[in-house]
Amino acid sequence: MTKDTKAAPYLFLAPFLILFLVFTLVPLFQSVPLATQHTFGPDASIDVGMEKFSRAFGDPRFWTALRNTLVFTTGSVLIQLPVALALALVLNRKHVLGRGIFRLLFFSPQLVGLVFVAVLAMVMFQKQKGLVNSILAGGADLIRGLPIIGGWLPSKSDILGIPWLETLAMPALIITALWMYAGFNMIYFLAALQNVPKELEEAAMIDGAGPIRRFFAVTLPSIKPVAIFVVLLSVIGSIQVFELAYIMLPEGMGLQDSGLTLVTYLFKNGFEIGDLGYATAIGWLIAALLSIAAITQRVLNRSEVRL
Amino acid sequence: MNGKRPSISVPWVLVHLLLIAVSIVVIVPLLYLVISAFKTEQGFLEHTFLPLGEGALGIDWSQLTTKQLGRLFSSEIGIGRALVNSIFLSATTAMLATFICALAGYASAALDFKGKRAFEWLVLAALIIPPPLLIAPSYQWLHTLGLLDSYTGLILPAVAPAFGVFLFRQATLQSVPKSILEAARIDGLGEFGIFLVIALPMLRPMVGAFLIITFLAMWNNFIGPQIVLQSAEKQPLSVVIYQTQTAYYSDYGLLMAGTLVSILPVAALFLFLQRDFIAGLSSGAVKG
Repeated sequence: MTKDTKAAPYLFLAPFLILFLVFTLVPLFQSVPLATQHTFGPDASIDVGMEKFSRAFGDPRFWTALRNTLVFTTGSVLIQLPVALALALVLNRKHVLGRGIFRLLFFSPQLVGLVFVAVLAMVMFQKQKGLVNSILAGGADLIRGLPIIGGWLPSKSDILGIPWLETLAMPALIITALWMYAGFNMIYFLAALQNVPKELEEAAMIDGAGPIRRFFAVTLPSIKPVAIFVVLLSVIGSIQVFELAYIMLPEGMGLQDSGLTLVTYLFKNGFEIGDLGYATAIGWLIAALLSIAAITQRVLNRSEVRL
Repeated sequence: MNGKRPSISVPWVLVHLLLIAVSIVVIVPLLYLVISAFKTEQGFLEHTFLPLGEGALGIDWSQLTTKQLGRLFSSEIGIGRALVNSIFLSATTAMLATFICALAGYASAALDFKGKRAFEWLVLAALIIPPPLLIAPSYQWLHTLGLLDSYTGLILPAVAPAFGVFLFRQATLQSVPKSILEAARIDGLGEFGIFLVIALPMLRPMVGAFLIITFLAMWNNFIGPQIVLQSAEKQPLSVVIYQTQTAYYSDYGLLMAGTLVSILPVAALFLFLQRDFIAGLSSGAVKG
């Protein structure tokens, strides 16, 4: 080996290692002492020990933020991923016309970008003039003439006044995330469906298994590794929800914290109130939550393998 | 379900009806965005969707205006500057991050060196560092380094993502045969030359995908510029649109016009690199 080949690997790794050390590892190590400090601007601080953590546990707003974040995460996984899988299964059928166009179309909300989706959703979910309430009111008018159901429907002005952004923040956030991410996750499922062995499917068909039976016996086991991966990514992403809520909702959180999320609360404490210590402590609690999610996935994964 | 089945059947029709229904749900908000971008503040309040009236196709075209787009680029809001800022920030970040991650990922997969295991372990460990934890300490640290309110402070932390190294490592293992590298070495090509001339072209799908991923990440980065940048003239589109929303609260036409301007460059870039993106996404990222 020449001198050149010996030094080369280290030179190749150097830019990454240096930047990673300076801009990720240093802040990571600083997050330990910072969580035990009360800061006065970015320069001055006093040590307060574990006070920031005990404060979080006694802070009702922290618990609200945690609850909202878990509601959002549950909604994302239980609604969005089945929709994504269903779209992939439908697109993966034989004889579908315009498959490429549908795939690109379903993926396209992703191109708008999180910040801009949030602005668009903010406008669409407005009371009175927003598109969502207008469509709901229009739909209600169409069936108002029907017996029984017609009588139960709220009045047009009530429907136009549905306060999505103010008090129904969580449903509004879940619907927006569904619109934005279902097509994105569909791409993962579509890729996974390419790996389903054709022979197995055909064998099941010959044995007379119906479509539902085939789905649970053949398709689902074959895509399980990818499905678990997508669930984990979705959970991790949802726990960190911030821009969507912060930009969409009035004051970044809706009325009475109806849409306050953990990262929003971290951001507000750190950069609106200026309490970097409390923000970092919340950051550690979010990290703990993420580890619980990752460990749960590991355990589930392992127990399944043993079967 | 067997090959003899005619392609037009009840399930076939139902499948397509379902696909069309989902398409409508996806498209309507996008159309709404485009249409609203051409409405005045008053026009937005008067017409929910298209302004119906007398004119071609039953639409009152005189109600639609490019006035809002004009206002965006005028000195009143000056979105032109934010657009340039976003393009500069995203393009610089994407190219640097792709180069740095490709270099490191390739080295850890294709070259032998002492500490290789340790490096691989470091990359895997880095993948699980949660970004929210770093928000507050990064701000304090950038202040200490004197990098607040500078593009350096925004770009440098974004160009060494560990998952990029991981993706390029996987892609190299998958699509760069060691025998070819060995042959090039015997031909006397230097290590950097081998990376640039031999390996990088073979990693092309991942390069395309990662350029898009990192470009989009910076284009949509909101929390970063919000924390690092202070001067108004340095802000990218994400922050400027957010500020427009706060300042012109009820002028939804203006807001939608700004959003439209913000997403067009990204959509164009994506359509341009789409094939690579899908290929990269399904080759390296999803290895089931």
